[in-house]
Amino acid sequence: MTAPGSRDEDFGARLSFDRGARGRRAVDVPAWSGVQTPLPDSHLLRDSVRLPEMSQGELVRYYTALSARNYGIDSGTYPLGSCTMKFNPKVNDLIAFLPGFADAHPLAAEEEAQGTLRTLWELRRGLAEITGLPAVSLAPAAGAQGEFAGVLMIKAALEDRGELGRRRRILVPDSAHGTNPATAAMAGFAVTHIPTADDGSLDRATIERELDETVAGVMVTVPNTLGLWEWGIEEVADLIHDAGAYLYADGANLNAIMGRVRYGDLGFDVAHLNLHKSFSTPHGGGGPGAGPVCCNDELAPYLPTPIVVEDDGGVVRLAAPERSIGQLQQFHGNAGVLLRAYAYMRALGLDGLRAVSGQAVLNANYLRVLLHGHYDLPYDLPVLHEVVFSGSRQRRQNGVRTYDIAKRLIDHGFHPPTVYFPLIVEEALMIEPTETEPPEAIEALAEALIAIAEEAERDPDALHDAPVTAPIGRLDETTAARRPFLRWQDPGAVKS
Amino acid sequence: MPSSTTVGSPHPYIPATDADRKRMLARVGVDELDALFADLPAAFRDPNIDLPPALTEPELIALLGARAAENAASSRLSFLGAGAYRRSVPSIVSHLTSRSEFVTAYTPYQPEISQGTLQSGFEFQSVVCELTGMDISNTGLYDVASATAEGCLLAARVTKRSAVALLEPIHPGTAEVVGTYAGGAGLNVDRLSSADELTDEHACLVVQQPDFLGTIVDLEPLGLRVHERGGLLVTVADPFALGLLQAPGDAGADIVTGEGRDLAGAPAFGGPSLGLFAAGLPYMRQMPGRIVGRTRELRNAENSGEEPRTGYVLTLQAREQFIRRERATSNVSTAQALIALAFTIAVQALGPRGLRESAELCYQRAHDAARRVAALPGYEVPERGPWFQEFLVRGPVPAGELAARLSRRGITAGLDVSNRAEPEARDSLLFAVTEATPDGHVDALVDALASIGDEV
Repeated sequence: MTAPGSRDEDFGARLSFDRGARGRRAVDVPAWSGVQTPLPDSHLLRDSVRLPEMSQGELVRYYTALSARNYGIDSGTYPLGSCTMKFNPKVNDLIAFLPGFADAHPLAAEEEAQGTLRTLWELRRGLAEITGLPAVSLAPAAGAQGEFAGVLMIKAALEDRGELGRRRRILVPDSAHGTNPATAAMAGFAVTHIPTADDGSLDRATIERELDETVAGVMVTVPNTLGLWEWGIEEVADLIHDAGAYLYADGANLNAIMGRVRYGDLGFDVAHLNLHKSFSTPHGGGGPGAGPVCCNDELAPYLPTPIVVEDDGGVVRLAAPERSIGQLQQFHGNAGVLLRAYAYMRALGLDGLRAVSGQAVLNANYLRVLLHGHYDLPYDLPVLHEVVFSGSRQRRQNGVRTYDIAKRLIDHGFHPPTVYFPLIVEEALMIEPTETEPPEAIEALAEALIAIAEEAERDPDALHDAPVTAPIGRLDETTAARRPFLRWQDPGAVKS
Repeated sequence: MPSSTTVGSPHPYIPATDADRKRMLARVGVDELDALFADLPAAFRDPNIDLPPALTEPELIALLGARAAENAASSRLSFLGAGAYRRSVPSIVSHLTSRSEFVTAYTPYQPEISQGTLQSGFEFQSVVCELTGMDISNTGLYDVASATAEGCLLAARVTKRSAVALLEPIHPGTAEVVGTYAGGAGLNVDRLSSADELTDEHACLVVQQPDFLGTIVDLEPLGLRVHERGGLLVTVADPFALGLLQAPGDAGADIVTGEGRDLAGAPAFGGPSLGLFAAGLPYMRQMPGRIVGRTRELRNAENSGEEPRTGYVLTLQAREQFIRRERATSNVSTAQALIALAFTIAVQALGPRGLRESAELCYQRAHDAARRVAALPGYEVPERGPWFQEFLVRGPVPAGELAARLSRRGITAGLDVSNRAEPEARDSLLFAVTEATPDGHVDALVDALASIGDEV
């Protein structure tokens, strides 16, 4: 016998559905001893559901074995560029799970939910201060939903100005996150891509040429996805406003500038934040996050519903802005995530948030100089929170791809950085250490990447086999997409 | 708050000490931290920002502990449902979903060290397909309402139609969100009181199961109606009720959405929530969100002497924003993975028998409570057909007044639905009683209603 998850077992071949035995159960359900009401007519009912039958201990072991086949921030350095994988303070979880917060029903009277609402109100005020954008809705569940809200707000404002008919384009840099163009399209706009200039900033000549009466808005990530400051963004903001369009900030990279410069002061009209990035809430394997949308007074009437307001009697209430684009969720957003973000903001204060951005930027630059010369650096400039190297030299000289480098990093005990993004950097390695990594971890990461560069020259073929220490080797993604196998199938059933 | 000039690290979350920083700055070649921000425009650098002072961990716990206690959630009896229900969540759920390898990972971009998240995602897809009777599921969206909106967008894409129909009674929040998303796509939203109002312009008919007033819907005739018109049937189903009710896929649904939050854990003021999204095979390449697929290692058995093992990867990514950009099926990136894990474990812990028993217990308890209320002088429970866990109560005083009198007795009444168009909802409150409502709470409700009746 082998323990679940031992390297000898083909662990992934057996799902929970294939384990346990008929008749086992993990929980029992109280019997009903009262008056029996007949069930509805049988055509409205089902026969049974196929689900695993496991004892409590078996189920706990199965998911514990699965957790051991995962790597999180608590496991080690996780320098995934653009994702701000910082340490998640545990006290934030403790607070969100307090029964008073956890048990609050979303439709409870506001007077009965003042603990949550007061906290959200203070978070809202804090985010307004940090972004320099006075109006905030905490409703969006994630960054992409915040983006969607922001672009819909621009759309609604243009409609009220009577200009939506002709303003059908959103300008997006070619270095942007994929969510930006996808969001613009979801909101019904055409997308025009703006090239990046040699200094890593938006190409000014293209912006000036494209800005006309057909442009609704421009979406810009600050700092940009190269980890560089967007030169002259405050002047570009004036150009955009002179042309009658709005300037949107993708706030995914707020961690670089918290407490040091504000979107509102730079001339941005609207921004979304990713609280699961800059504000330390756990990423959860892909959520839940929170993507508040912040804006200036002009766009405030269009914010998504609800916003949190304090009435004259000091009671905090949920409200619908006058010209709101509407609700984004059935209820009020990911309150449990927002409580964690509030706890983080209060644990740091302004000096702490400035220390965060300061150290995040220092760590990225420290890594930049440690790796300098070992990998190509297409934009060889001091950076902010992240640095984008390129594996193009290794590809050209050794036939080793960034993909191989990333996989070998796993064997060195690290989560790989973001790869092949931004799209404008060939063989991109986008590294964001965050402020919560100690210098020793950054040095160890640099040493590992240097050792891999040397291995690429010495024994490139070995890199194609990486990783060799992970619970599983490289997987056949091509076949996965060509012959999709997307759910458990009863092995006893006839194969089609 | 020690400033960054003091010796040591500036905060427990930031490890670098002053000595570390000095050494690192020297290596980078600048004198001070602020020099790293020289690119930021000087006119806007280091603005005044008004934030409350920092708190130590004990101070933070004290402050937010007091805040949590200000919420009345723990001290009142509540019969609110209307989209968020009290459930008996197995204890192993919070235990397993607190494991930091799950909690502190991100989207599984590196499958070799993310099999925990990926295989769990495949488990989730399998559970959702079994519950809904559908062919495919994604790994979850934000919540039921946004998932339903995505379902409407999918239907509009595949039918190339520009209107969607919602059948009343549907949760007003769901209808609102469909309206928001439809506004982006330029779709019209029609709210129908009967499927007779469907036209050939409608991309889909959205039907809530059980409906917003708690009634179990016979989906099959509705599926036939919308299919005759060339549209899709989108069912918004309570996954817990599907322990008892016919799988929507067996009744002709093309897309099934649902809310997974309640089975996953506490209501938490409505979020984090979890949108379920399942569909028929023809819509596989139109699905929004992340999808996990099963595959095998690339290793060559002849070279390595070992058979390739089974593993899981994110797949069908050509639909997604980071590849397809403005031509993506949705802009969704981060969704609600950890809540999906909790949902999966909860459903699997219940298992086939537990889920059915639990759903039946919910049904029995709710009907028993309704019967006791209906037996009180001055009260009636208007029925619109078979129902699951929510019932309408019309009392001897107007609905708002009844809720206020219950509130004075420490009881949060069901939602006031007296302003709705359905005749049964006139003057009524919508009460939810589930398998997790303590017996004593129902007793207290019945006593309170009786005493209110006596006052009139």
